Amino acid sequence: MSAAALPATASLGDRISRYFYTRPTAGLLLLLTPPLLWLGIIYLGSLFALLAQSFFYVDDFSGKTVYQPTLRTLAELFVPVNLDIITRTVAMALVVTLVCGAIGFPLAYYMARFAGVRAKAIFYLAVMLPLWSNYLVRVYAWKLMLAKEGVITWVFGKLGLGWLLDAVLALPVIGGPSLSVSYIGTCIVFVYIWLPYMILPLEAALERVPRSYIEASADLGARPRETFSHVIFPLAIPGIAAGSIFTFSLTLGDYIIPNLVGSSRPFIGMVVYAYQGTAGNIPLAAAFAIVPVAVMAVYLAIAKRFGAFDAL
Amino acid sequence: MRSKAKADTRMGQRAGWGLKAAAGFGLLFLNLPLGFILLYAFSTDERSFSFPLPGLTLRWFGVAWGRADVWAAIGLSVQVALAATVLAILLGTVAAMAMYRFRFFGKESITLLILLPIALPGIVTGISLRAAFALGDVPFSYWTIVLGHATFCIVVVYNNVIARLRRSAPSLIEASMDLGANSFETFRYVMLPNMATALLAGGMLAFALSFDEVIVTTFTAGQQKTLPIWILSELLRPHQRPVTNVVAVFVMAVTFLPILGAYYLTRDTHDASGTGK
Repeated sequence: MSAAALPATASLGDRISRYFYTRPTAGLLLLLTPPLLWLGIIYLGSLFALLAQSFFYVDDFSGKTVYQPTLRTLAELFVPVNLDIITRTVAMALVVTLVCGAIGFPLAYYMARFAGVRAKAIFYLAVMLPLWSNYLVRVYAWKLMLAKEGVITWVFGKLGLGWLLDAVLALPVIGGPSLSVSYIGTCIVFVYIWLPYMILPLEAALERVPRSYIEASADLGARPRETFSHVIFPLAIPGIAAGSIFTFSLTLGDYIIPNLVGSSRPFIGMVVYAYQGTAGNIPLAAAFAIVPVAVMAVYLAIAKRFGAFDAL
Repeated sequence: MRSKAKADTRMGQRAGWGLKAAAGFGLLFLNLPLGFILLYAFSTDERSFSFPLPGLTLRWFGVAWGRADVWAAIGLSVQVALAATVLAILLGTVAAMAMYRFRFFGKESITLLILLPIALPGIVTGISLRAAFALGDVPFSYWTIVLGHATFCIVVVYNNVIARLRRSAPSLIEASMDLGANSFETFRYVMLPNMATALLAGGMLAFALSFDEVIVTTFTAGQQKTLPIWILSELLRPHQRPVTNVVAVFVMAVTFLPILGAYYLTRDTHDASGTGK
């Protein structure tokens, strides 16, 4: 449309609209540039800064960061002490993922297959409710409950099972003086905080299992148990894989839960936080922060094989 | 649904007791702890977390009300959340409009870029910003906190707005242009009313997300205390536990209301799109 075709009274708004209507690329650039600049400069820039920092090192004598590319900070990750921290974190993430699966599966299964409309709405709300509540407050709730004088000890005592709790706490490594200062406590809180992330994709995957498959399986003579293990469970695996991405990744990166509940043995997140803060060793903190990203890259590659991305 | 349940019964497939118990345990496990937070806000016990509670009192609500440091933390949190929400609404909306309207090379990588801040663990976002501030010699300030929060709030607004745009009929926009409205008028009278509740819902979620955030904030706040940071420091080094209990209940209420509001605002549209198909 040529400018001559415009009525003489065309307002500024009309003119601008027409300009962008005839030049869609200009419109796209105008809309997309601000968010791209923000995310590109602030977010991607920061990620590169993180990567860059891990190639610098802190001079042992002056305590100052030396801005020369070197691999010595990344090599420090493979010192036995640091390897221990990495193994401990990855092991905790695996255990948390398994327990989330074990607790989440029956809940999701019941929700997807047996709950009526009303019951399903209640279940859904009950799974989302904790997810919507403040993260710190939820961790705090467990600090209240796991304390030596807290409600869990009381319940065990009332049930006459105090000896069982003591026996569990007496176990080497995972035990401790009380639940709130043991690995068991840390694990319980992790499971509690990330459980909804496992349930939601799992429930969605179970719901997508076509009813006709289950009926066909029954018609062909399979008992319910067989139908479950040969039809339903295999079809739910993408959902489990998708949920496990969240539980695994979130546990790897968290530093607040092991800081508040658990034996004081460090996890990756805790050392990242400690090194960037008072220790002032940002290069080593950056190197440690790259570990969860690298582990997650491997984990995502495995999860993809199980069809996790189709269930997200 | 009822006929479904009947079919299950016919096939001998009702939920067994074991499954019911396991599902019930899961629900209890997820929701019981929130009840304890509420309960402990009324405890007379100052030193420990003893259960059963030695007594009930309303005293700590008054004490918490009079604490200047709590008010300062709430003030900072609200200011940060407001600024982050405004930035997120502006950037998230234009991003959603661009991604909805245009098809172009590299679109997928831009979607990934928008999602990345919530896909990567918070600690990576946090330490990245911290590393960048260190490289650029940026001192910690109110704006360093807002910067971090806005970055991960954009995606919340973006998701809400683009979901709404995808559900709305493109013919409305075409009709508006055919009737002689220019882009601004179409946006003002057709698109904006259509997006309004999605924007409000996205904004409320962004506010709640920012008000709650602690992991990224610990890396970008320096010595400043937002409300979650205040709680965290109280949890690490308790001064007055009952005050912390009361603040915990307060935080739960403040984040809960906007999320519930957002849920109600977007709920009807989900139903509408569901029945329409």
